[in-house]
Amino acid sequence: MQIALFIIFGLLAVAGALNLLFQRHPINSALSLVVVMMSLAVLYWSLGAEFLAAAQVIVYAGAIMVLFVFVVMLLNAGEEDRTHGSKIAYIAGIPGAAAIFCLLSFVFLSERGQFGTTQLGGYLTSSVSNISEISHILFTSLLLPFEVTSILILVAILGAVVLARKEL
Amino acid sequence: MVVPIACYLVLAAVLFSIGIAAFLIRRNIITIFMSIELMLNAVNLTFVAFAHMWHQLSGQIFVFFVMVVAAAEAAVGLAIIIALFRVRQTLNVDQVDLLKN
Repeated sequence: MQIALFIIFGLLAVAGALNLLFQRHPINSALSLVVVMMSLAVLYWSLGAEFLAAAQVIVYAGAIMVLFVFVVMLLNAGEEDRTHGSKIAYIAGIPGAAAIFCLLSFVFLSERGQFGTTQLGGYLTSSVSNISEISHILFTSLLLPFEVTSILILVAILGAVVLARKEL
Repeated sequence: MVVPIACYLVLAAVLFSIGIAAFLIRRNIITIFMSIELMLNAVNLTFVAFAHMWHQLSGQIFVFFVMVVAAAEAAVGLAIIIALFRVRQTLNVDQVDLLKN
């Protein structure tokens, strides 16, 4: 069950990411990024993070991607054109990304014995629900950072309103 | 069947590398911004996998805060893109080179 979930949604995530890389139109890239985020939500759930799976769907696939699609439509963004800079980026970008991937997977695979395996129906500590554990931590020991993030969101809203005004 | 944690980490590495490649190759500023979000998601997957491995909640709390900061960053970044488009009438990063000369 778990390995089927991992293979299906892992392949879906990689396919969506590759589609983001190769599509020319921004709206196609945005929609394939939604596919990546939805399949990542399933993977979070299979790792026992139910709250994060829900938050991933609501915040990332819901709010942030709607914002992206809205901006793409507002600015009437068309297909991007290849310029001189993109050739240099091809020469440097593909080997650089491949090198980072090789390094990371080498480290992960050579240490894979220590990482262990996962079980579905994830458990973290003795508590029943993942959400109650997270909320308990957020509202007791991490109360100050949690409140500071609300101020951060407020500042971001004000900044977005000021930046997107007509007369800057 | 159980899945090794290393598989999740390698999947996150794949997504992160694709994000880097998209960041470097794409010329549209909105798509570049989207590839940043892809890289953030890949790192989040690593955090959740390690949280499962250690049976600790700290990794999931980290992911929660990364999500909050990413939402704020997306709002401000897209506002900057709109302001930039008003001034330059383009989304191509090669044509936004005021600091170059």
